[in-house]
Amino acid sequence: MLKIENLTVSVSGKEVLTDINLEIKKGERMALLGPNGSGKTSLLMTIMGFSDYKITRGNIIFKGKRINDLSVDERARSGIGIMFQRPPTIRGVKLRQMVDVISKSGFDTDKEAGELNLKEFLDRDVSLGFSGGELKRSELFQLLAHSPQLSLFDEPESGVDLENVVLVGKIMNRILSKDKDSAALIITHTGYIFDYVKADEGCVLAGGRIHCLGDPRRILETVKEHGYERCIACERKRPKRKSRK
Amino acid sequence: MRTEKTKKKIPQIDIGSYKSETKRKSYLKDLEKVSADQRKNMLSAGVDPSHKNRSGTYIQMDHSVVYSKSLYPGLEVMSTTEALKKYKWLDNYFWKVLSVDADEFTEQAEAQPHHGYFLRALPGVKAVYPLQACLFINEDNIIQNVHNIIIAEEGADLQVITGCATASDVRRGLHIGISEFYVKKGAKLTFTMIHNWAEDVSVRPRTAALVEENGTFLSNYICLKPVKTIQMYPKAELVGQRAMARYNSILFALPGAHLDVGSRVILKAEGSRAEVVARAVSAGGDIIARGHLKGEAQGIKAHLECRGLMVSEKGLIHAIPELEGTIKGVDLSHEAAVGKIAKDEIEYLMARGLNEGEAQAAIIRGFMDTSIMGLPPELQKEIDVAISACEREVF
Ligand SMILES: Nc1ncnc2c1ncn2[C@@H]1O[C@H](COP(=O)(O)OP(=O)(O)OP(=O)(O)O)[C@@H](O)[C@H]1O
Ligand SMILES: [Mg+2]
Repeated sequence: MLKIENLTVSVSGKEVLTDINLEIKKGERMALLGPNGSGKTSLLMTIMGFSDYKITRGNIIFKGKRINDLSVDERARSGIGIMFQRPPTIRGVKLRQMVDVISKSGFDTDKEAGELNLKEFLDRDVSLGFSGGELKRSELFQLLAHSPQLSLFDEPESGVDLENVVLVGKIMNRILSKDKDSAALIITHTGYIFDYVKADEGCVLAGGRIHCLGDPRRILETVKEHGYERCIACERKRPKRKSRK
Repeated sequence: MRTEKTKKKIPQIDIGSYKSETKRKSYLKDLEKVSADQRKNMLSAGVDPSHKNRSGTYIQMDHSVVYSKSLYPGLEVMSTTEALKKYKWLDNYFWKVLSVDADEFTEQAEAQPHHGYFLRALPGVKAVYPLQACLFINEDNIIQNVHNIIIAEEGADLQVITGCATASDVRRGLHIGISEFYVKKGAKLTFTMIHNWAEDVSVRPRTAALVEENGTFLSNYICLKPVKTIQMYPKAELVGQRAMARYNSILFALPGAHLDVGSRVILKAEGSRAEVVARAVSAGGDIIARGHLKGEAQGIKAHLECRGLMVSEKGLIHAIPELEGTIKGVDLSHEAAVGKIAKDEIEYLMARGLNEGEAQAAIIRGFMDTSIMGLPPELQKEIDVAISACEREVF
């Protein structure tokens, strides 16, 4: 579904991603781990096509087509969607209007808002004054309305209370069960979300480079025990992946 | 205070170049008689010819009063000409808060008056639905001078929507509108004016309000459609203790438009309060957004806020806030900002599938959100309808 080849990216002249190679297959959920400032969000923003993130080398291929030169909205319409880590506030634009514009026919805005405990947020300006957990739910709500084939989740569970993590997991699963090919790239620091959303693969991003690639739970255990240094060191011992089509 | 640049930019008006004779328009027994084109243009100015959800209607076309009727006991709707005949005392309300020799436009309005509306709520009268008044220019190239008087008597709650519009085939015109507002003790007056002019119409409203003890004056102004020049600087004088005034303006300027719009509040009585909020969007036109707060009494509090958004390479937004305190214990403040649409906001909307134009329009609409006006829900709904009608044509 998504193939990233030799991707190097800079932001305001500073290189934030270096020679990234990554593939997410149809139906696959990939966990993206890595220390703060390692470039995880930058990778998502680059895939989505945000103009601050300049590709200096390499390709992004989505459903067999090179999308380097597509605008953000063309990518969104071709099936890539994102849950932002830090969404901007859009003054005067109500969450309801937003979702009505995004969603396809058949989406019951009020019912789904109720599902996400966002009923009283429908008539508030998008993200304005939302708490951390509310922001996550508002982002998920919009992604649910968008229902993309490839979902990019940027720390879906961080700052979310225990009850709401269950809800977040449930909604993520709904987004990912839209069709059997739905794929995801999920950024997490804690991996708590894996109790609800199964991840097939994991990789570690550190210093703008991909290091380890393998079972996400094992990577997390290693990180918990030994820190990211161990992951970075084991780059050469990266397991060969059996290709499955 | 005008800077050299802005001073130069205000196009001069040659009053003599407009026709002062117009055809007499006959009185409409039935409002349904307005033409489809007139109806459409009135609706975009917030005036509904079916007067659904309205407490009364006044419509003037060019120099003729074509309709005036109150549907609510205790609310009066008529032309100022008729009102002057009916009420001897009304003389005292003419040129009381405005002076006749203020400028060439006030002089013109006095020398050659063409009616105007008289709207009044009797003491204690509160109607759910607003009165509506429409000043319509139907003939090309004419001058229209009106003098309006609006009175909310003690304890009354009066809401007014007034729309100014032109027929679709009108290009050029001059509208001079004198309006004097009286908000008596404990009364509340919500006045919402929507301008829906043609591209080559010049507009010179001259407006002032007098607000007595515990009175509240809310004045909303919306101008989204093309217009050649508007210059106005309405003023409210708060003369009674704890009187309150709030001005909200939403201004949108297309290329070729020149809007010079401000609001001024003179806080003369103890504990009076004022708020002036302006949202200005230049899509290529020039906007000068002025504001002036003058605190002359103890314990007053007033705030001025102006936000401007430049969405085109051309055009200009010039925010000129002024604060003036003449006694200790005043609390006056202002904030002003002029900027462009944030790229991250545009791209955020694009990431949800909106194209760049749609994203931009959504942000501009959001910026001009009328919920800042704090209108009663019934009125808010009506204003939203009018705004969407305007927007459909502009965007
Ligand atoms: N717009 C920007 N301007 C300047 N620097 C940026 C910008 N975006 C990202 N960076 C820098 O790029 C690096 C990677 O940032 P990124 O947000 O991708 O990290 P991250 O892995 O998502 O971190 P975290 O776990 O804290 O969210 C950081 O050093 C950050 O400061
Ligand atoms: Mg991040």
